[in-house]
Amino acid sequence: MTWARATSSRIADELPKTADAVVIGGGVIGTSIAYHLAKKGFGRIALVERSYLACGSSGRCGAGVRQQWGTKLNCLLSIDSVKAFERMDEELGYSRSIEFKQGGYLLLAYTRREAEQFRENVRLQQELGIPVSLLTPSEAREIVPILNTDCVHLATFCPTDGHANPFHVTYAYATAGKRLGVKIHTFTEAYDIMTESGKVEGVKTNKGTISTDVVICAAGPYSGVVARMVGLDIPFYPERHQILVTEPVEPVLGPMVMSFSRRFYCQQTPHGSFIMGMGDPKEKPGFSVSSTWEFLVEMAEEITKVLPPVGQLSVVRQWAGLYDMTPDAHPILGSTPCAGLYLACGFSGHGFMLAPVTGKLISEIVCDEEPSIDIHGLDLGRFERGELVIEPSVV
Amino acid sequence: MWEGLHLIDKTPGKEGKTDLSEITLICRCEDVTLKEIRDLIAEGYTTAEEIKRITRCGMGPCQGRTCRELLLAEIARALEEKVDKIAPTRYRPPTKPIRLGGIIEGDADDLG
Repeated sequence: MTWARATSSRIADELPKTADAVVIGGGVIGTSIAYHLAKKGFGRIALVERSYLACGSSGRCGAGVRQQWGTKLNCLLSIDSVKAFERMDEELGYSRSIEFKQGGYLLLAYTRREAEQFRENVRLQQELGIPVSLLTPSEAREIVPILNTDCVHLATFCPTDGHANPFHVTYAYATAGKRLGVKIHTFTEAYDIMTESGKVEGVKTNKGTISTDVVICAAGPYSGVVARMVGLDIPFYPERHQILVTEPVEPVLGPMVMSFSRRFYCQQTPHGSFIMGMGDPKEKPGFSVSSTWEFLVEMAEEITKVLPPVGQLSVVRQWAGLYDMTPDAHPILGSTPCAGLYLACGFSGHGFMLAPVTGKLISEIVCDEEPSIDIHGLDLGRFERGELVIEPSVV
Repeated sequence: MWEGLHLIDKTPGKEGKTDLSEITLICRCEDVTLKEIRDLIAEGYTTAEEIKRITRCGMGPCQGRTCRELLLAEIARALEEKVDKIAPTRYRPPTKPIRLGGIIEGDADDLG
């Protein structure tokens, strides 16, 4: 059995004693950063993941990719990411497919205030070149014939938004990174970051210690735990969000349908299944990822109102994942007071779609280059300075 | 399973032997073959969770009732481990498919 031996040698990769950079976290953000650093020829890069790749928020997310944001920064970041998703299979030489489907995002405004916000958002988005338009409820129905437009004031639609398969995107970055020499160590948990006079010296893991000057924290909702290893407090908290998937059926829904005021989103994947989720305003911060019956009932009530035929489909599985929420729903990107420690966290539920641009920007910052998008406003210091960039459009 | 066994294929243009693993279905809901599983293991995907995520093995309407054990056995063989050392994939609610509309059609009184 030659294939069995090949496998054994792969998993026996020993932890290196030294590295030029260690990435903590094997989700889509960490693998994207490792790949982009390797592409820049940064040197020996090790990625440590305490379980398997994409086991956390990346593999649990709603998989959407949108450019319809309420702040200039989020728009610019997502425009760049969409471009990357469009050519990702090719760029990463991925042998499978990331299943990027640009069916658009249809956002529904249910209140007058929300409609006002959408008008403002659309002005901003169009200025930045995003091909978005305002739609009347009946125009929205032309795009989604199964949509119930009761109480819908207006809608916005951007045809180049869409979704991709988060497992494949993570594995695509990981395999492309490995090809460039990145060492990926799964089931390897970082439990301490060693420092000397305020500078990073290395990472301690359950498999051994790696000496390094550069540590990048991409630990998603566990980034707070990582930052505390060097005594840093980051003002964010994990929040559970639940989600479910149905059996697959023929394609009937092109875009992702979403409402901020009613806090739901629903899409049909290329595979045919419907994936939908809802935020719960009563959810308390915490690391629990258990599923609840209440979610199933609430989701069923909401989706049968908005997309009535979907009520005929059976749910095959429900699960939950964690958002890493910051006070302004923008990520924390860049250096920290601890020299050599960089943060890429706090994505507040939209880390998957920002993974390509995050990898690029963090690799630029680590290489001491001027980031190709001005993200000075997204540093950790903004919370102390009180310079928050509030995003109004999140589920 | 099926080691060294081949199917004699008489399809015109394809005459010869077909590796049985190419036509042996492990996951019937999502049409995943034994060969796909073996190829992934050879690529280094040695956990059931990873293989599930790439192939959708076990993600269909039956939620792995048939394929979960087969997948674990295949990984165990490749790693030369006992099958009880291989972590199974997570069981998720609602265990059996239920219609979304059905969830909200009844009310509390129906539960008796």
